[in-house]
Order: sequence, then C-alpha cells, then structure tokens
Amino acid sequence: MQVPAPFESDRATSVEHAIGLLDRLGEEARLVAGGHSLLPMMKLRLANLEYLIDINDLHGELGYVRVGADEVRIGAMTRHRELLESPELAALFPIFADAEAVIADPVVRNRGTIGGSLCQADPSEDLSAVCTTLNATCVIRGAGGERTVTMEQFHRGPYETAVEHAEILTEIRIPVRPNGSSAYAKVERRAGDWAVTSAGAAVWMDGAVIADARVGLAAVGPNTTGIPAISEALRGQEPSEELYERAGGIAAEACSPTTDNRGSADYKRHLADELTRRTLRRSVERIRAGEAGDSATDRSR
Amino acid sequence: MTTLDSRPDREDLEHVDNDQHPVGHGRMLRKEDPRFIRGMGNYVDDIQLKGMLHLAILRSPVAHANILSIDTSAAQAHPKVKAVVTGADLAEKGLAWMPTLSNDVQAVLATDRVRFQGQEVAFVVAEDRYSARDALELIDVEYDLLPPVIDVRTALAPDAPVIRTDLEGKQDNHCFDWETGDAAATDAVFAKADVVVSEDIVYPRVHPAPMETCGCVADYERVSGKLTLWTTSQAPHAHRTVYALVSGLPEHKIRVISPDIGGGFGNKVPIYPGYVCAIVASLVVGKPVKWVEDRTENLVSTGFARDYVMRGEIAATRDGKILAIRTNVIADHGAFNGTAAPLKYPAGFFGVFTGSYDLEAAYCKMTAVYTNKAPGGVAYACSFRITEAVYLVERIVDCLAYELEMDPVELRRRNLIRPEQFPYTTKTGWVYDSGEYERALDHALEIAGYDDLRREQEEKRSRGELMGIGVSFFTEAVGAGPRKDMDILGLGMADGSELRVHPTGKAVLRVSCMNQGQGHETTFAQIVAEELGIPPDDIQVVNGDTDQTPFGLGTYGSRSTPVSGAAAALVARKVRDKAQIIASGMLEVSVADLEWEKGSFRVKGDPGRSVTIQDIAMRAHGAGDLPEGVEGALEAQICYNPSNLTYPFGAYVCVVDVDPGTAQVKVRRFVAVDDCGTRINPMIIEGQVHGGLTDGVGMALMEMIAFDEEGNCIAGSLMDYLIPTALEVPHWETGHTVTPSPHHPIGAKGVGESATVGSPPAVVNAVVDALKPFGIRHADMPLTPSRVWDAMQGRPTPPI
Ligand SMILES: Cc1cc2nc3c(=O)[nH]c(=O)nc-3n(C[C@H](O)[C@H](O)[C@H](O)COP(=O)(O)OP(=O)(O)OC[C@H]3O[C@@H](n4cnc5c(N)ncnc54)[C@H](O)[C@@H]3O)c2cc1C
Repeated sequence: MQVPAPFESDRATSVEHAIGLLDRLGEEARLVAGGHSLLPMMKLRLANLEYLIDINDLHGELGYVRVGADEVRIGAMTRHRELLESPELAALFPIFADAEAVIADPVVRNRGTIGGSLCQADPSEDLSAVCTTLNATCVIRGAGGERTVTMEQFHRGPYETAVEHAEILTEIRIPVRPNGSSAYAKVERRAGDWAVTSAGAAVWMDGAVIADARVGLAAVGPNTTGIPAISEALRGQEPSEELYERAGGIAAEACSPTTDNRGSADYKRHLADELTRRTLRRSVERIRAGEAGDSATDRSR
Repeated sequence: MTTLDSRPDREDLEHVDNDQHPVGHGRMLRKEDPRFIRGMGNYVDDIQLKGMLHLAILRSPVAHANILSIDTSAAQAHPKVKAVVTGADLAEKGLAWMPTLSNDVQAVLATDRVRFQGQEVAFVVAEDRYSARDALELIDVEYDLLPPVIDVRTALAPDAPVIRTDLEGKQDNHCFDWETGDAAATDAVFAKADVVVSEDIVYPRVHPAPMETCGCVADYERVSGKLTLWTTSQAPHAHRTVYALVSGLPEHKIRVISPDIGGGFGNKVPIYPGYVCAIVASLVVGKPVKWVEDRTENLVSTGFARDYVMRGEIAATRDGKILAIRTNVIADHGAFNGTAAPLKYPAGFFGVFTGSYDLEAAYCKMTAVYTNKAPGGVAYACSFRITEAVYLVERIVDCLAYELEMDPVELRRRNLIRPEQFPYTTKTGWVYDSGEYERALDHALEIAGYDDLRREQEEKRSRGELMGIGVSFFTEAVGAGPRKDMDILGLGMADGSELRVHPTGKAVLRVSCMNQGQGHETTFAQIVAEELGIPPDDIQVVNGDTDQTPFGLGTYGSRSTPVSGAAAALVARKVRDKAQIIASGMLEVSVADLEWEKGSFRVKGDPGRSVTIQDIAMRAHGAGDLPEGVEGALEAQICYNPSNLTYPFGAYVCVVDVDPGTAQVKVRRFVAVDDCGTRINPMIIEGQVHGGLTDGVGMALMEMIAFDEEGNCIAGSLMDYLIPTALEVPHWETGHTVTPSPHHPIGAKGVGESATVGSPPAVVNAVVDALKPFGIRHADMPLTPSRVWDAMQGRPTPPI
C-alpha cells in the first residue's frame, strides 16, 4: 500500500467557499475533484500538500451538460462517465463518447472530472485535445469574479494552466455550429493506458465542401491551437483521401513528440498523421450519414 | 475485445458442466473459492497481532553509489518511531548479508555501497504504517555516484566498473559460465549442413507482478524463544531452514506460515531482505512486526524473470531436416545472483532448448554477468528457464522456415520426436518421459482450421491486410526433482505427505507444497479421493505451515502435481493397503480374497459382502480387535523422491491482425492444446492454461522491466509496467490430448506453467508472420505498436 504524507482536508460547500478556503490556506492547499490524478501523485509522494479542499459536494452545482442555442456548457465537475453517457453530447459532439470510451477504465471514469482533467494538464491527457478540437473556452472564477479563456490561453504547458492559485475552473463552453461532426482516435499500448498518441477532428460542411475543420492532438507536445494550417488547407475543399493525407502531413509536422516508454518520436509523428486522417474521414462520414447533430437549435425543435 | 458473439461455437467447451461432484478425478468447483469470492481469504496483510508494529524500508534512489553517510537522527526523533536500523547496525550483529538461493550473498541492508536502484538501505519500525513511511523521508543518506553497469553486453568490458567489490578479489562482473551439449559434434554438424540460420533473440526482463505484493509478519516470543513468521512464501519449509542457518535460531523454534497467497509466479520463492529485516526488528523490539511492500517496491526490487540475450543458430538440410541447434547466451543476473535453481543447474533447465525435435547435435554456452539491476531471475512461471529455452527454439525454427520458404507447421512435423522414440534422451541429456507430439499438433490445427486460416491470410495479404498465424510446439521439463541431482542450497527436492483418516471416514491430507491460487485444496483432495473413494469435500488439505506439514520444497516450477501430487497418491495407497488388512479382519477373509471397488473392499466372487472405507476407518479407531500386528488408526506418511521429471507438451496456434496504419496487434484467436498426462480436474487445468496464455500475451506484446542509462527502473508502477487485461486477450480455445507419464503414480505431469512457456513464441511467430510482406524474419518482444511499426519500416530493434 502506498501512503501519502500527512495532510488535512475540508469539504467545500460552494464555489465561493472553495475559493475562500484556497485564499486563506495559501499555496499548500489544493482542490481535489475526482482525485484520480492528484491522489496517485500524493501516494507516490510526488505531490506533498498540507490541505486538500474536496469539491465533490459541488457536483450538484458544477456537474451538468447544458445545451443552449449556440453553445454547450459543461460544468467542471461533470464526471467522465457522465460525458460518456450524455445523449446531448452524443448527438452534437460524438468526439466525446469516442474519447471517453478510451480514457482510463470505468473505476476512474466514475470519479474523474473534466475540470480535473483540464487542470491536471497532463501532456497525454485526452480531454484537452477534445476541447481544443471543438474550440472550447474555459470559465475561471476567483474572488474577483469570472473570466473566460481560450484553450490556447488556458493550457500553459505540461501541468500548467491559466488557473491561478485561489481560482477554480467552473465551466467549459463549446460553440455549436451547423452541419458538423467530430471523431476521436487513440492508440494505446493496452486498454486503460495513456495515449501513445491521439487525435481529434471536427469538421463542418457547407454543401459538398468543408466549411471549417479543426484537429487536436494529445501526447505529442503542446498544441492547443487546433492546428490552423490544417483548417486553412481544408476550408473550401471537397473531402477526399488526398485532402486527409495533406492534413495528416501537416499534423505530423505541427507536433513535437519525444521518445519514451510508449513509443519513438518517429512513430508518434506517424500516428499524428494516421489518426488525423482517420478522424477527419470519420467526421465526414458521420456528417454524411446524418449521424451527428446539426446544431443545438435543430435538436431542440 | 471478446464478446459473446466473437466466441467460436464449440459445443464441447461451451456446455461443460464444471460441477460434476466427482469422487476422484473430474470437473468440480474449487473448494477454496467461496472464501476468496466472499472476500474472506486470509492474506499476510490481514494478520493483526496485539501490539504489532510496522516496518518500512528506505531504498536506494540510484543504481550504483558509495554510501558516504547516513543520518537517522531526525527519523529516530519521530514520536511514533520505535527503531531505525542501518546496514552498519546489522553488520554489528553479523546480519548485513544473507545467502541467496544460488549460493551467492546479498546485502540485507547496504553497508558501504548500493548496487541497484531500489536496494534496501535502512528500515524504520513505527507504531503505524503511515508513520513508518513518513519517517523514511527523515533519513538523510549521502551518496557518491558511481558509473552504473546497465548494458549486459558490455558488462564484461575491461573498463566496466566492478560491481561486486564485496567479493574477495573480484576484478570483473562475471557471475558464472555454463555449457551443455557437445561443442565439437555440433560444430561438425553445422559445417556439413545445407542451411544455417542464426538470429539474435532477446527475452527481455519481465516481472511476475503478483496481485499481492511480498510481505511478512514476524513475531518473536521472548519467553518461549519461538519465532513465528507469517509470510508470502511459495516454499515455507525451505525458508525456515534458511532462516535457521542465517539467524542461528534453532529450527524447531521457527514456524513459517504461508497463509493465503495472492499469486506467486516465482516471485515468492526467494528470501528477500525485507523478511530478514522484519525478523531482526521483532527480535530487537520484542513485538510483532509487519512489513508489506508497496507496488513500486515489488516491481523494482523483487525477483524479476528472463533477461537473456541469446544468439540462436540452427542447421538443417535443404528439405527441412533439422540437424543441430547452437546457442550463445548472455544472462543478466542483476547485482546479486538470486536465482532459485537446483544447484547443479545454474542456468535452470535451459538445457531443454533442443525443444521437441529429434536432433543430431546441440550445444549451448552461457555467460552470466552482474549488472546494477535488481537481483532475482527464477521467477515468472518459467519452469526454471524453460520459458527462455522454448522461446529460443520456437523462434529459431520459424526463422528456418522463413529461409527455407517452408510452412512452419510442416517443418515442425518433419522433426518432432516420434512416439516410438520415448523415453527420448536429448542431445543435452534430458530424458523425455512420454509424448505423442504429432497427435497434439494435429488436434490444435484441426481446432484452428489451419488450412482455412492460411487461405484467409493469402486473400487478406492480396488486399494489403496484415494477418499472421503463429504456431509453437513446446516440451517442458517440470517436477524438480530427483534427489540424486537436484537440490536447493543442499536441500533435496523430494516432498512429504501425511494422510490421516478420522474415525468417521473424513480425512486430512498434509502436504509440503504451497497453494498460491493453483487450486491445490481441490486437486489434492481429488487425488486422494480417487485412491480412497472418500468424496473430495470430506478431505481437508493442509499446507503452508511448517508446524503442521511434512518437509518439502514447496510450489514453483510446476512441481506440485509431479512431486507432491505423487506423494498424495502414494500416501493414499499406503492407507488403502492398511485398510485392506483391517477389512480382511472385518470380513473374515484373507487379504488376497478382497478386491477394491472405489470406496470399499469386497469379497471376490461375493460382492454382497463388503465394507466401506468409512466402516474401516471407524473399525481402525474402535474398540474391536484388529488383525494381528495392525496398529490402530488409519494414517500414513511418505516422502516421494521422483525418479525423473515429467515432460508435458503442447501445440499452440495464434492468429493476429496487425493494423497497417497504427501497427497495433490484436490477438484474434488462440488455440492451445495441452498434454499434461492424466487430467485430475480439467476445469482447474483450463484455468491454469487461461492464466498462462494471458501472461504470454502480456510478455509478447507489452511487458518489460526497462531501465534508463543511469540504471533507473522505469517500470515502477502498473501504469508503466503493463500487464494485459481481459480486453487484450481473445476467448481462449483449449483442447487436450492425454499421454500419461510412465513413472508418475497417476500418470500426471505438471501444467502450471505450460501456457506461459508455450504462448509467447506463438504470439511472436504470429506477429512476425503478419509482417512477412515487409521482409521481416524476427522482431523482439515486447511487440508494442511502436516496436511493430519500427519493424514495418524495416528496422526491427532489440528492446535492450
Ligand atoms: C489508471 C488511470 C488511467 C488514466 N488514463 C487516462 C487516459 O487515458 N486519458 C486521460 O485523459 N486521463 C486519464 N487518466 C486521468 C483521469 O482522467 C483523471 O480523472 C483526470 O486526469 C483528473 O480528473 P480528476 O477529477 O480526478 O482530478 P483530480 O485528481 O481531483 O485533480 C487534478 C488536478 O486538477 C485540480 N483541479 C481539479 N478540479 C479543478 C477545478 N474545478 N478547478 C481548478 N483546479 C481543479 C486539482 O487541484 C489537481 O491539481 C487516468 C487516470 C488513472 C488513475
């Protein structure tokens, strides 16, 4: 049994309470959501904290998927499992169910949250890639109020985000645009393992041509821009294998993988290419099959 | 993923009744399972004693360094700490070093130097586990780093730093040399052969990773002077003797108890420094002391397995007659030679690398070296290195098939030892007891539908899809072993057994082997049931307590059924012989006039007159007369010394699909036909085979204890050291043939490791076969997507 160093803990009863506790207890305090990233680090004594502020009681306040006219709002405490099983997300953004099906295992998914995932900012973490692909924005609240940042602004690097000490990520907002769909693909060495490389793609069509497209990658170095060069290359084009190949090539160039236990840098680069093609292809197929939701307003009718 | 839909439709497998209530051999549910299923097992960490303290070990963060100083004062000052002990403290008591099972020595706590990352440096005893762990952070050790020896290939280079400076006069990292076979004869055969194929083949370091880590509770009772040790040991008796020799405590005042064990796979054969630390702590503090290692400690410091860098060479005629096999091995033994192997066999039973084939000559030369890595080497269901041997031969035979452009099944078929050649003496001196190899091979091919698979493969290849079919045929040598040439640290490898039938006809069997999940409580009851006609539910099997069981060397290397199982059958027969004499008195006929019908003796020609074994048991304990010279009670004791090992074998077929885009391997089908002689409980055998096959897929595709250049172990968690889940394995398709062992009392052979031994080559052969369009003849394990992709780029790389 691996045991953490001594610490104290408290349960927050509201977002304000949590912010107040963080403020009062200082740098040695940390929020714990699902705990599936933080607790293993504490048990391995990679993180030694004096205070934990448990925000699981805020699930009522921050656990939701709300579909609005032009955006979907996801509360930071929404659990992986809720994302996996959400019919709203399945209709609008199938990329979520694709990704969630291959994140960790059911035990982790029952507790782990989207907020914890984004805030952990692990370089191999999957939901950052999903949110990047969907051009999400993050709502951060502190004593001074709320601010909204793009994924690019949110993600400052491995294990580093725009969330300052006495702040909390409360919500993720995803724009809904017509005639789009998305997909996610991950290569892992074994079920439940972190990604060797993953790619997400989202495509919006205008008749026979691509109106817009974005790609987000995981485990191949920092990239939360959606790879603008891919969007540029795809816009206004008719989907084709050659086009996917071009996009894959751009993805491979745009990333900066390193060699580690999970695979060589060359291989990961190859996967960035291969998985970009696959997810773009799948997104377009989904649009053509009418599988994915058009827009939130269409759905609400 | 295996779903119900993907299950092949095989009547005989799907509809078997596993609960047939046999009085003897046959399918029955395991007697031990209800307690495990209900969470009522009793493992070492469940042991709670009054006043028990907790021990935690400080381990070296580096692979190779001199210890300049250790400051324990802050830890000593922790309010809940009872003792802090360093190597220097142990040295004062003469306990800083202990013998390994290979007659080397290993530091209990490092004194002046650490030799692998994770090596034991100091320990803390505290009131609770948390405080013990916290206090480790308060110990300050100053290390002076030394260059580590990590690459086994350069460990013997003249400028390599010498690791074992503790050994008098040691100038290099040489551990031992070993050879077997006839070098000159083999060279001569190679010289005349049409075809010679050679390949560098690495079997990487892997770890048994049992679900339960190692640990113990040591309780030294000062008044009686008795030490009781609850411990995760696969060999309680052997451990007790070693503790007696190391500590000087008299052996009758040491009681070793192995309660339920959560998986061993060889990991729980060695004696680890942690056990000795806990014993010392209990002696010093006078209280019971518990030590249970955590997952990282288990992975980085306890008995690993394999780590053989092999060059395999095979000589054959153009039409596929294999003539000879030659191999050169560099074996990585880590910082101390902790391998558990019979003393005459420093390389275990690697000598069976000639496989299942009839050869003209064979030769192996091995060099074992020390490196700055964890010691060990026995472990992981390897039947004493047979895993490595079988992998080598089954891989090199496939390489030969590749060069000859011959179907690998056909090549094997032409060379298998034929039934009439048994007992067969191999070119390295092993006497295979019995085998009908071609029958098992044919059965596996039939289940697999081999010809159809090859046709399917051809079609798929033409479409650019990558499908592979891998075959392996293995022979194991298990059941160590004959006392005349097998011992561990001087202890012969025979096993005792005691059987007592109570007055009401219920019985208790005491055995020296040690259940770790193999189902002994059931299988051994069934062995006795078959001989005496007492239902298995009426027979209690006792193991794992040196005060309650006869001496014997424990369970590993698939030896329980071959050795202890034989002892159980023979002790039951001894009881039956006595029962027959008592029955003759009861029925007033001569012994010769009685015949045995399972469960009772009856008068020949007058079957109405009979007595049951239960009647006889009551008589044996009753007030009535017994025949002249017969003592009361119905019990017996024996010690079984096997005359030979047993040689189970099997034919495996694996089908994989490789994603051409991502290089991911999916094991689509796996057919395993095993022949372990007489089958006592087929359900348990299938369970053992399923587990072993899963192990094999793990080793072939994902498992490896890896090190970086500094000697840091980078497999210290189960997120880094991957073991397979249900999602990585297909629905296992098992089959069997039965070729009894001629010398085992019931014809049984071991089966615990067959699948672990036989499956890795089948999986690797399948993957390499799938990659044939890329001109690939060999690729090393673990075949992770990245490594398979490398191979597809025409540059397969060794893992180390
Ligand atoms: C075995 C295993 C396998 C896994 N595999 C994967 C995988 O394949 N892919 C993947 O993406 N993830 C994987 N994960 C991680 C998993 O998804 C975690 O649940 C997730 O990373 C963290 O979410 P959490 O709610 O558990 O966060 P916690 O562990 O509770 O917190 C993580 C960090 O985020 C901070 N935090 C949490 N919530 C907030 C908030 N609302 N505002 C500000 N800060 C906050 C915490 O203070 C902490 O620093 C795996 C985890 C495990 C244990």
